[in-house]
Amino acid sequence: MNGPRASALRPVRAPAADSSTDNGRRGRPAERWRRRAPAIVAAVGILALWQGIVSGFGVPTWIAPSPVQVLQVFVERGDVLWTNFWPTLMEAASGFLVGNTVAAVLAVWFVHSQLAERAFYPIAVFVNTIPIIAVAPILVLLLGNGYAPKIVIAALICFFPTLVNMVRGLKAVSPQMLELMRVLSANRREVLFKIRLQSSLPFLFAALKIASTTCVIGAIVGEWIGSNYGLGALILEATYNYRAPLLYATVILGAGMAVAAFAIVTLVERRVLKWKPPEVF
Amino acid sequence: MSPAAAGNGAAPAAASAGRPGGVGGAARSAAVSVRDLAVRFESDAGQVTALDGVSFDVPAGGLVTMLGPSGCGKSTLLRAVADLVPASEGEIAVFGRSPEEARLARDFAFVFQDATLLPWRSAIDNVRLPLEVGGRDGTVEQHAEPEALLALVGLTGREAALPHELSGGMRQRVSIARALVCRPRVLLMDEPFGALDEITRDKLNEELLRIWRETGTTIIFVTHSIPEATFLGQKCLMLSAHPGRVREYVDIDFGGRRTLATRDTLEFVEVTAHLRGLLEESS
Repeated sequence: MNGPRASALRPVRAPAADSSTDNGRRGRPAERWRRRAPAIVAAVGILALWQGIVSGFGVPTWIAPSPVQVLQVFVERGDVLWTNFWPTLMEAASGFLVGNTVAAVLAVWFVHSQLAERAFYPIAVFVNTIPIIAVAPILVLLLGNGYAPKIVIAALICFFPTLVNMVRGLKAVSPQMLELMRVLSANRREVLFKIRLQSSLPFLFAALKIASTTCVIGAIVGEWIGSNYGLGALILEATYNYRAPLLYATVILGAGMAVAAFAIVTLVERRVLKWKPPEVF
Repeated sequence: MSPAAAGNGAAPAAASAGRPGGVGGAARSAAVSVRDLAVRFESDAGQVTALDGVSFDVPAGGLVTMLGPSGCGKSTLLRAVADLVPASEGEIAVFGRSPEEARLARDFAFVFQDATLLPWRSAIDNVRLPLEVGGRDGTVEQHAEPEALLALVGLTGREAALPHELSGGMRQRVSIARALVCRPRVLLMDEPFGALDEITRDKLNEELLRIWRETGTTIIFVTHSIPEATFLGQKCLMLSAHPGRVREYVDIDFGGRRTLATRDTLEFVEVTAHLRGLLEESS
């Protein structure tokens, strides 16, 4: 509370670093390499071990392919992978957008109407407890075989964490801040736009990080139930035909999509939440 | 704001200026007038009386400090003036208006113990906040220049700094500048320096006196520090606890301008000793 928050400061070694506002997130290239090297070395080691076991013990390809064989699929069957990548990306991204938007709007409503919160929050909790894999067939029956059910499933899986976090974030305004706004005779709209929305952002981004990976899962699960395109369909097809290298490549591509989405959300968060003292939250 | 506000804390032209003594006259020439105020709260254990039969006047342009044992309701009293807590009985007038009318007219501003800055706004944008809310769209007439206010509180050059880049004392300076931006006639301060270290607090006490002299704003200052109450106040309202009542309304006059050295004078120590005695009797 008092003085510049000590833990936000990093000692500056002579020759002094450039700016005092840099919280040392980046560091110098050498420093970055030293921090990341262990993970990279470990990953390469595991891949090498995997390759060694598969080739050394002569494991059949349909049981477990070697990393090299998976890599070959990316080169030779790239067209199949990419044609199935885009629909899944579209579904995941649309679901992310729809699910989070609905959740954020509902959260604002809940914070302003206790009646709405009492009426719909329990229903939201109930819907969330149904496993997504059980909801998926229902949605396919309702919405057919197109993009719609997949988008809805992806949206549904994003929805709940964002709703819960956003409600918490909107309510996480200090009583003193609200008193200040009352002394200033601010109305509810002003409190929402000047105070609540900004102070909910750290909570929102925590939820968006979860959603960025789960929306991909949602889209893939949706494609398992009645679909002949997308990474989900490709996973099923590859499994039924014992094309293990294609299966692995598809899974890696799906994981890559989720990691990329997570990275994008993290980057946006860093730009938007520049005001956030690094050690709080 | 009413035309009287342009005078920046000057007493409004009171028709009854030549008629001192009467309750009505006193109420009209006072910045803040409290009559027979009682504040009660409902709790699970029944009704709790925080304040009972409190009456006092704060002269326009004066600086009144409020002291009392913890739990005596000095914060509640300040909050009642600020329309944050409703009066259960009695009357409060801020330049003749009810607390609600005074709040809507921005007659007073409030400074909290915590600076209560918006962490995503720079210092200067925090000072601008009052100009953007409460039906105001940034084009408020009669407001002070935010840049000039940051200069007044000694923060020139830190306009763009975010709250977490400022020290606790600097954050409180920003919050004082924010309170002054609408040129309030009364500044209500609730232990604003209570969380600061003593050196910073001494410095801010001196600066508050300077700001008070330069702006002519009436100030009511709640504190739990006897030296602070003595150093700042022209008058000190001493409350007793359970329920909160006025114990004594002490006049404090050292003659001449107060500096930190004033604290080492015999008169100063006499006042603090008197206040300490009252405080011990009251708690």
